Amino acid sequence: MFDVDLIRKDFPVLSRELSGGRPLVYLDSGNSSQKPLQVIDTMRDHLAHHYSNVGRAHHTLGAESTAAYEDARDLIAAFVGAPSRDEIIFTKNASEALNLVAYAFGNPIATDERFRVGPGDEIVISEMEHHSNIVPWQLLAQRTGATLRWFKVTDEGRLDLGDLDDLVNERTKIVSIVHQSNVLGTINSVSPILARAREVGALMMLDASQSVPHMPVDVTELDVDFVAFTGHKMVGPSGIGVLWGRRELLEAMPPFLGGGEMIEAVWMDRSTYAPIPHKFEAGTPPIVEAIGLGAAVKYLTGIGMDDVKAHEKTLTEYALGALGEIPALTFIGPRTAISRGGTISFTLKNLSGDDIHPHDVGQVLDDAFGIAVRVGHHCARPLHLRFGIPATTRASLYLYNTTDEIDALARGLHHVQKVFG
Amino acid sequence: MIAESMYQELILEHYKHPQGRGLRDPFDAEVHHVNPTCGDEITLRVKVDEGKVLDVSYEGQGCSISQAAASVLHELATGSTVEESLGVVDEFTRLMQGRGQVEADEDVLGDAVAFAGVAKYPARVKCALLSWMAYKDAVVRSA
Ligand SMILES: Cc1ncc(COP(=O)(O)O)c(C=O)c1O
Repeated sequence: MFDVDLIRKDFPVLSRELSGGRPLVYLDSGNSSQKPLQVIDTMRDHLAHHYSNVGRAHHTLGAESTAAYEDARDLIAAFVGAPSRDEIIFTKNASEALNLVAYAFGNPIATDERFRVGPGDEIVISEMEHHSNIVPWQLLAQRTGATLRWFKVTDEGRLDLGDLDDLVNERTKIVSIVHQSNVLGTINSVSPILARAREVGALMMLDASQSVPHMPVDVTELDVDFVAFTGHKMVGPSGIGVLWGRRELLEAMPPFLGGGEMIEAVWMDRSTYAPIPHKFEAGTPPIVEAIGLGAAVKYLTGIGMDDVKAHEKTLTEYALGALGEIPALTFIGPRTAISRGGTISFTLKNLSGDDIHPHDVGQVLDDAFGIAVRVGHHCARPLHLRFGIPATTRASLYLYNTTDEIDALARGLHHVQKVFG
Repeated sequence: MIAESMYQELILEHYKHPQGRGLRDPFDAEVHHVNPTCGDEITLRVKVDEGKVLDVSYEGQGCSISQAAASVLHELATGSTVEESLGVVDEFTRLMQGRGQVEADEDVLGDAVAFAGVAKYPARVKCALLSWMAYKDAVVRSA
């Protein structure tokens, strides 16, 4: 049984009182989530009793650390339905996972035709991407002379697939799309894009930074080629992220970073590389962070991702209703909880119709009520340009949020309208 | 409520009733400054004659802090000498960058002292400084 009160007890910070007796109302999990005791204790216990380097330390602690680190990989592989544990590559975050794939393209070391990119080739992203799924592809286009193209976004905040067949064509090498938008909350439907990518022989990557934390995600079922996500948004620590890729592709790709652990044998003038996953894990990895992420997916699995998703859907419906009643509040993103997660962005005016800047909204919510939201462009500037606004206020919900907190937000926003009335 | 220490009545007053807003002719220099982290922007013009600031006119968009700061700047700089006004800019900058540890010189700052609370919020300091930095830039270019 999903019991939000019990869940909240697992997260010590949620019972924190801020100065002036303000109870914390944390509505910024889309930015980074809070951590349960199960994760904190696992990391502390490892540091206190088992820690050593992984892979290369031939003693008891080395064996224990290596086992814990590799166990975490097993847990994560199971969590996202990876056909093989070797397909789970630990990175430092989602950004690194996206860059790792982008750097495999157009690399003279890569002999596989699918990773060859040059002038005339095309890369497809969308207007609703996080900068982490834009800039690596811009850089790839600049390195290789390829052309960057993108899906547009409709006024409702959905991907516009109207020109799918034109955008994804025989020249396309890769399509990289966000699974769930970190601004709009939109959950993109993967299958039509994937079908077209397959038809033209392009690869497909998903930025699942905002979907893996919030719903069951099965990479086998999705059937794409690469999936990136990040630990700190899914009750795990920062400093650890994941790239999942098809074995056959990961094996065909050139290494990303060179260094210890990623090699098989090294001569002065050349090297051979370790098999995956280690081929992509140069140097001492974020050991305790990976173990912490293992504990995080164990925690989420224990609760059940179906229940997490259902709880967030209830909250999202409630929030869209409650915030929708505030006069002069405009949602940026779908207004119904269909194919949409609990990331709710909006602009706000006062009752005379003047814009209230999101910085002012966020500051008053925090200072007066202890409500943490995110304000700004949320690393998705092109999307804000698309909607003709410099910034939005964003409330993002997670398994530990309650309808009371949404009521607090609604009250807070009425107060903001008075202050700037 | 901590907010009250930042959103002083005077700041909200200037935000709701900005002084000297709008771009005017004649002018000697025009600059455009943006705050890339939040998208606040300002276009600002100065008219200077024999070391005296005859007009500071501006147009911009942004949060209450950045808009109110421009309005207060207009009031303080217009009619003063360039030298005096740059002294105020320096003192204001010192206050804003002081992380809330700096005692403001009210004699120099006048109404701008109301922004003292902003200095405690690193993310907002740039909002307060946007128009003041634009002004300094414009004055240099007008010479
Ligand atoms: C959709 C999306 N993609 C990528 C990222 C980047 O994650 P990280 O900063 O952990 O690399 C984020 C979060 O900031 C995100 O929301």
